[in-house]
Amino acid sequence: MRKIKKVLVANRGEIAIRIMKTLKLLGIGAVGVYSEADKLSKHISYADEAYHIGEPEALKSYLNMERIIDVAKKANCDAIHPGYGFLAENHIFAKMVEDNGLIWVGPPHDCMRNLGDKINSRIIAQKANIPTTPGGTIEDLDKAHELADKLGYPILIKASAGGGGKGMRIVHDSKDLEESIKIARKEAQAAFSDPTVYIEKYIEDAHHIEIQFLLDKFGNGLYFPERECSVQRRYQKIIEESPSPTIDRHTAQEIGQAAILIAKTAGYYSAGTVEFIYDKKEKKYYFLEVNARIQVEHPVTEEISGVDLVALQIDIAEEKPLEISQNELNLRINGHAIESRIYAEDPDNNFMPSIGKIEHYREPTGNGIRVDSGFFKGSEVLIHYDPLIAKLIVKAPNRTMAIRKMYAALSDYHIAPVKTIIPLLKNIFQHEKFVNGDYNTRFIETYAADLFNTKKDSKYVSEAIVMFNYLKHKKHQAEVDEYSQSLQPYWDTIGYWRG
Amino acid sequence: MARIISNINVNSDEFKKRYQFNKKKVEEIEAVRAELSKGGPPKAHEVNQKRRKLFCRERIEKVIDKNSPFLEIAPYAGYDMYNNDAPSGGIVTGIGKISGKDVMIIANDQTVKGGTYYPMTIKKHIRAQTIAIQNNLHCLYLVDSGGVFLPMQDEVYPDKEHFGNFFYNQAVMSSMGLLQVAVVTGLGTAGGAYVPSMCDQVIMVKNQSAIFIGGPPLVKAATGEEIDAENLGGADVHTRISGVADYLANNEEEALKKAREIFAHLPKQEKFKLDRIAPQEPYYDTDEIYGIIPEDLSIPFDIREIIARIVDASEFEEFKPLYGQTLVTGFARLGGYLVGIIGNNGIIFPESSQKAAHFIELCSLRKVPLIFLQNITGFIIGKKYEHQGMAKDGAKWITAVSTTNVPKITVIVGNSYGAGNYAMAGRGYNPRFLWMWPNAKIAVMGPKQAAEVLSSVKIAQLEREGKQLSQEEIEAIQKPIIEEYEKKSTAFYSSARLWDDGIIDPKKTRDYLILALEIALNKKIEDVKFGIFRM
Repeated sequence: MRKIKKVLVANRGEIAIRIMKTLKLLGIGAVGVYSEADKLSKHISYADEAYHIGEPEALKSYLNMERIIDVAKKANCDAIHPGYGFLAENHIFAKMVEDNGLIWVGPPHDCMRNLGDKINSRIIAQKANIPTTPGGTIEDLDKAHELADKLGYPILIKASAGGGGKGMRIVHDSKDLEESIKIARKEAQAAFSDPTVYIEKYIEDAHHIEIQFLLDKFGNGLYFPERECSVQRRYQKIIEESPSPTIDRHTAQEIGQAAILIAKTAGYYSAGTVEFIYDKKEKKYYFLEVNARIQVEHPVTEEISGVDLVALQIDIAEEKPLEISQNELNLRINGHAIESRIYAEDPDNNFMPSIGKIEHYREPTGNGIRVDSGFFKGSEVLIHYDPLIAKLIVKAPNRTMAIRKMYAALSDYHIAPVKTIIPLLKNIFQHEKFVNGDYNTRFIETYAADLFNTKKDSKYVSEAIVMFNYLKHKKHQAEVDEYSQSLQPYWDTIGYWRG
Repeated sequence: MARIISNINVNSDEFKKRYQFNKKKVEEIEAVRAELSKGGPPKAHEVNQKRRKLFCRERIEKVIDKNSPFLEIAPYAGYDMYNNDAPSGGIVTGIGKISGKDVMIIANDQTVKGGTYYPMTIKKHIRAQTIAIQNNLHCLYLVDSGGVFLPMQDEVYPDKEHFGNFFYNQAVMSSMGLLQVAVVTGLGTAGGAYVPSMCDQVIMVKNQSAIFIGGPPLVKAATGEEIDAENLGGADVHTRISGVADYLANNEEEALKKAREIFAHLPKQEKFKLDRIAPQEPYYDTDEIYGIIPEDLSIPFDIREIIARIVDASEFEEFKPLYGQTLVTGFARLGGYLVGIIGNNGIIFPESSQKAAHFIELCSLRKVPLIFLQNITGFIIGKKYEHQGMAKDGAKWITAVSTTNVPKITVIVGNSYGAGNYAMAGRGYNPRFLWMWPNAKIAVMGPKQAAEVLSSVKIAQLEREGKQLSQEEIEAIQKPIIEEYEKKSTAFYSSARLWDDGIIDPKKTRDYLILALEIALNKKIEDVKFGIFRM
């Protein structure tokens, strides 16, 4: 066992804050880093000490490995927590951290390298006898045609190194295959500096199901109830919930055990997530990939299980064994949790990032409402980084109540003047299909007409304007009283004065 | 409300010239005030220090709340009078916060002739008590006085507003529920014994203070009894034997601390709830006032330019802007408080009189305090206006200003001549406070007019005797009159005689007004009951 006393959090925004909060609970010093553009950002105020690491562009700051390691050493840190994004899945950085005598709060770097490659990770899954989506690598065009025909159209072309939908293409007809492969390769090259692509069967009623797991260095593993992350726009999740309304408890257990098996096969420790595609029609699951880091949607799991995943990451990094068994964990699971990602994007304008200063900001509060945010009133949504303002997580005894709580919380979330996807989220939580748990990864594109139909309420617009102007001048009596009480007498404010 | 549009060109030569002039005037009054604040002669201070006694101004600084204002009343009293023997009239008066309460402090200056009362000391003491009565203020007396200044007994002792009036006022204030506290730091002899004796609570300092109806010399003369001050009426005697005083303090600091404790245990004063919004500084720089007031006050200036540099955000809601234009009336905010403002833009006509009466009625009914900005040479005269009934229109205004229920605060910014002074809430009309600007003038009429009136009487007399006067001879008659009038109409002359509550830096007018307004709100504004308006 080793003791971590001070951790550098190599990240920004809500995840940096979230990690620092746990560090404080553990009595561990939190060191923050910030780029030039972030010198007034919220995450700095949560750090015990903070260091400037470079220019606004991520490459010159949050991705600047040498600089971050220098700062960690200068500040006498004994570990680095990468959060998600930026350097979180960079195995070269993970190795560099350890080569510099620091602890990497995450999985072993060679394991990260193996899992980072999609083809490689499929091989690992296959080794563990976990089904992978039917498909394979593209050696030449003939073989590709042969494979595609065998799988049956439509098929999916994916970048081997990729994620986030880049380099991904759906092909409906064999005549488009050649062209699609060419484009996919070009995109993959541009995005990941690696043109390798592969073919997969395209599953029509696909669900994104993932398993959060923990493995310590002694071979003890825990898997958590699945998260369903099927509400996506442009292959990016915007809503996650746990447990999933799609699969039954038996399947959940099966998938959970599969996740542990894959992770053990890969020689993994720390927290991680195995992503699966679930074919609802066929009731089959396929391994997709392993996310070797803490994920954006981890709070959903925390809410229904009561564990602090970051605290357990630290425990594992300190080489402590996991203290609870799978059975004990299962007994702790209760209720239903949902997360909404509050992006500063305009849903009515093709999710264009909406940058600028947040002039008005009010978060919802209440029992079972958690906001992991990286912003406050006066913060700027910066062009340089991901426009995620916050994550709104609700927990309730069951799914119906959780959906209602989420809708109420979204209605109480006031952000202006930057545009956010809150209106879209509210439409989703009111949508019959979502409420019934009848949705898959194509939910948003299928029901776009319902979800983006903002003109629905337009007949009330003029009434709303009249009401707004009326209310602007009309204050609640308690507010008026508080206001006039807040007016200090001149005698009390002028200070020393002798005329 | 709309912001006043200023037409002042701060780059003009005229502006710069006026700025220099008024700035110098302010420096002049401040230098005089600094000198007066020193109190009595250095020798008296030496004696005081030897006795380990604090100077009265130090006592005030110690007794009021730290880092809070002190609104001094009449610092120029007695200036250029009594051979300048009574700086600030030998008494320091003003309003300060003690343990959060608004208190009128009346402190004898023992370095000025042993704190004895000159005529202006009496007037100032009574003025302070009057302010306390009008504004519901508690009083703290820092007693250190040898009684009346005996050489001038005929001017300080017998009349209605002389020494005896002090104790009457104390009894009246006590009956109004206003706390009267005395800290006796020196002697309270004869009449002076009654200042503490009439108080609700009295603190005495061991081996330093004494209260007696007759001091040791008088006792010896009358009865042959030989006794020292401490044994006759010292702190021990009065706190243990006679019960004339209530608390025994070992030193002045302890006594002043005790006074703070007494005020701390007083119930909080409820102020009148005047409409208030968040305060804003004026849009225009208050400093620019210096460049607006002309050196020669016969040159007119727009009073709106002054209003714009006093009120919140320079915003002014003018009432009847097109009617009776020699008078400017309207609503504004001062420190967020809603006030009515009446200012002069020339001589008073029947229309401006009616407008003033109308506006005062508005403010009275709505309970909005009134601010008067005086720059007035008088009422219009001549056949046309007499026939129009100037006198009855003026009477309407006087009725309104006399019987209004709202607090009035007056600032003489320019001329204050003739009945204009009355209509614009001059001293006789009981404004809660009245201040003058350094260059302001106050007299029954302007020096030139006075000289002409007086010389014409003389000329007529001589003509009846068959004498014809040359222009030179007329000027010779007029010159001393003009000089006399000029001398006696200055702010210094006025302030020395307590025709006002002080000469103030025009730039600080806003501070004075807001502080005074908050003091005035200690008294509830009652419903209005006007007298007869002659129609």
